[in-house]
Amino acid sequence: MTDYKNLKLIATSSPHIRGAETTRSIMLDVIIAMVPALVWAVIIFGVKALTLTVVSALGCMFWEWLYRTLMKKPQSIDDLSAVVTGMLLSFVCPATTPYWMILIGDFFAIIVVKQLFGGIGKNFVNPALAGRAFLLGSYASVMTTWIDPAVNKAPLFGSTADIVTTATPLLYMKGGDMETLTGTYSVMDMFLGKTGGSLGEISAVLLIVGGAYLIFRKVINWQTPVSYIATVAVLSFLFPKAGTGLEWMLYSIFGGGLMLGAFFMATDYATSPVTKKGQLIFGIGCGLFTVLIRYFGAYNEGVCYSIMVMNLCVALIDKYTKPTRFGVVKSEKKEAAAK
Amino acid sequence: MAQAFFGGVHPNDMKAATNEKAIEQLAPPAEVVIPMSMHFGAPCTPLVKVGDHVKVGQKIGEFHGLGAPIHASVSGKVKAVEPRPYSMGGDMMSVVVENDFQDELSEEVQAPADPNALTVNEMVEAVKNAGIVGMGGATFPTHVKISGGIGKVDTVIINGAECEPYITGDHRTMLERPEEIIGGATYLAKMFGVDKVVIGVEDNKQNGIDAMNKVIAQQKAPVVVEALHCRYPQGGEKQLCQAVTGKQVPPGGLPSNIGCAVFNINTTCAIFRAITQGMPVVRKVVTVSGSGVAEPKNIECPIGTPVSCLLDACGGLNEKTFKLVMGGPMMGMAQYTADVPVGKGTGAMLAFCENEEQTVENPQCIRCGKCVAACPMHLEPLFMYQYAAKDMLDELNAANIMDCMECGACAYACPARMHLTHMFKYGKQKLKDKMAADKAAAEAKKAAEEKKEAVNK
Repeated sequence: MTDYKNLKLIATSSPHIRGAETTRSIMLDVIIAMVPALVWAVIIFGVKALTLTVVSALGCMFWEWLYRTLMKKPQSIDDLSAVVTGMLLSFVCPATTPYWMILIGDFFAIIVVKQLFGGIGKNFVNPALAGRAFLLGSYASVMTTWIDPAVNKAPLFGSTADIVTTATPLLYMKGGDMETLTGTYSVMDMFLGKTGGSLGEISAVLLIVGGAYLIFRKVINWQTPVSYIATVAVLSFLFPKAGTGLEWMLYSIFGGGLMLGAFFMATDYATSPVTKKGQLIFGIGCGLFTVLIRYFGAYNEGVCYSIMVMNLCVALIDKYTKPTRFGVVKSEKKEAAAK
Repeated sequence: MAQAFFGGVHPNDMKAATNEKAIEQLAPPAEVVIPMSMHFGAPCTPLVKVGDHVKVGQKIGEFHGLGAPIHASVSGKVKAVEPRPYSMGGDMMSVVVENDFQDELSEEVQAPADPNALTVNEMVEAVKNAGIVGMGGATFPTHVKISGGIGKVDTVIINGAECEPYITGDHRTMLERPEEIIGGATYLAKMFGVDKVVIGVEDNKQNGIDAMNKVIAQQKAPVVVEALHCRYPQGGEKQLCQAVTGKQVPPGGLPSNIGCAVFNINTTCAIFRAITQGMPVVRKVVTVSGSGVAEPKNIECPIGTPVSCLLDACGGLNEKTFKLVMGGPMMGMAQYTADVPVGKGTGAMLAFCENEEQTVENPQCIRCGKCVAACPMHLEPLFMYQYAAKDMLDELNAANIMDCMECGACAYACPARMHLTHMFKYGKQKLKDKMAADKAAAEAKKAAEEKKEAVNK
């Protein structure tokens, strides 16, 4: 029979079993959810879309590895969160962005925003969006040059001086130029993604497919993306700058980075509230700021900054959306508050 | 179907290994080690000394204050009365009985002439003398729960949820001894003076529900069986009350605050045996399972049987076994030795040799909020963890950490593999210590002031 004296037993706290989900499996699911949009980007913008994304992902992994090696901290690149950040950063940049520039963006996202604040889970704004905001501030013209995918593909290497560029739908919308907009892009073009724009943001339908996969896999809750998109939809339907409310609404929700932001950026765990109620409020706030920036701001697009602004409100939202304590009936709670 | 509670997780129930295996009787062990603490409350005082001869059912430990008496589970000679390792960690004064294999029944065990003629007080007395405690693992003395609840309780609930993975003892009891459960439930209805008792069972035990319903119909017993959602921790006392009545037990309260009293299936059977046969708690059904066990089984054994005997009866352990857990995998206690004995609250003995733990080095919270969604007590484990890790006791208290029942749902759901439950056990103890110290300091100050005043006069 077994010699029980020779067993090497460990006596740790319960629970002694764990669920199947890990940080790595979650990040892998996010990467899988981004693949359809990436494939579409390669079809539209050319192979540069793929190489830029791969360089950005590798860049993020490199910076994370370097920081944690220099700081003598345990390595964390195998949780794949750096890959997600790298892919997302390339998704919000034009396909024509030079490789060296995306590596600078990776540096800002990983080192400054993520690692200096303590690594995964500790950053206070979304690293990919912060990286984009940094590049936009530093290299404004490159970051707002949109190649016309109908005429030419992004060159793999070398100068982008002689590419044919185009205007994004949001530029026409900023000016309220509905005639040119509908003449250039149909609603179907917007939905499928046959427009100019950032690498991974153009195809609304494929981003919705990716987001639905994440919701199905319970990686994200529906609260944030649905409340975000619904807020933008309602506000743009009620207050169209041009055209009918319905038409304006469709262009508003399919245009720009809204779908990418709603499903992949606003749902970032570290920078969104932890309760479902909080996530609803967070999504509504993102939607509100997006519409305000698009209508009244200096930029054509408001998704990036609206999410970053709401990121800063997360601690406040968490504070006021705590779950009701078990056993406290609502009326009692009111009485307690009145006292 | 009863309404569900908020939160919880849905682990793989792993019950298939044993749920079709009938309860086996263990071959009598050569010796039993009966610890003097198998209940919530102060340990019992041993009533026997080395060399004494004891018989089955003879009282060998007397309780003081909150507690329940302890009885010999085999007949034979007392070999030692000394501290031995026990399941709650560390050593406990224990009575070691060398089995003479005669199985002589003590004269103290007297069946009443007509159990149905007993008054409520006599029934409670029988429960008390039988040393019955909550056998789901909480081990609260049952006679205290009954006598304290009479008059206040209008809903009596039998907990047959058995929501912890692996454990199938209650399920097998429903299938093999439904008369004992229904009989015990009927006595409980009598004691509390209620018209019906509800047995809550998770809907993954349909054949158990059918078996009990059959007996209820035959006996026309005042009992109903209610199917519950299969979700951990459905068998948590507060969650069960919520599922059955729709009411929530107030913070820091007990089920009796909302008119409920909850009894485990095994406890109910013990009540039946105590009232009809005068038989104290001397045996326990234990599920032996887990990846490290060669042949998982449900075994009934005398209280005090060393765990190693149970494991031997199941073909021994895989040599790579790294963890022995007494109780379920979500709330059970890891043991550092196989010498610990089976107690009144032992429902399972698990051995793990695979990657059940899934520990990672240097776990990092990613703030995903899955712990908040999983907490059945509506807490926010990720913030509580931060406070506990930094000994921020006031914030911990404000985060209602004392509501935490350490069910482990948050840690199970955590993709980052944070040691949440571990940290909360630590934090709760720290907070209790601080509260006790604060109270002592306040009393000392008051006493000093009174003394000063007295002197001034």
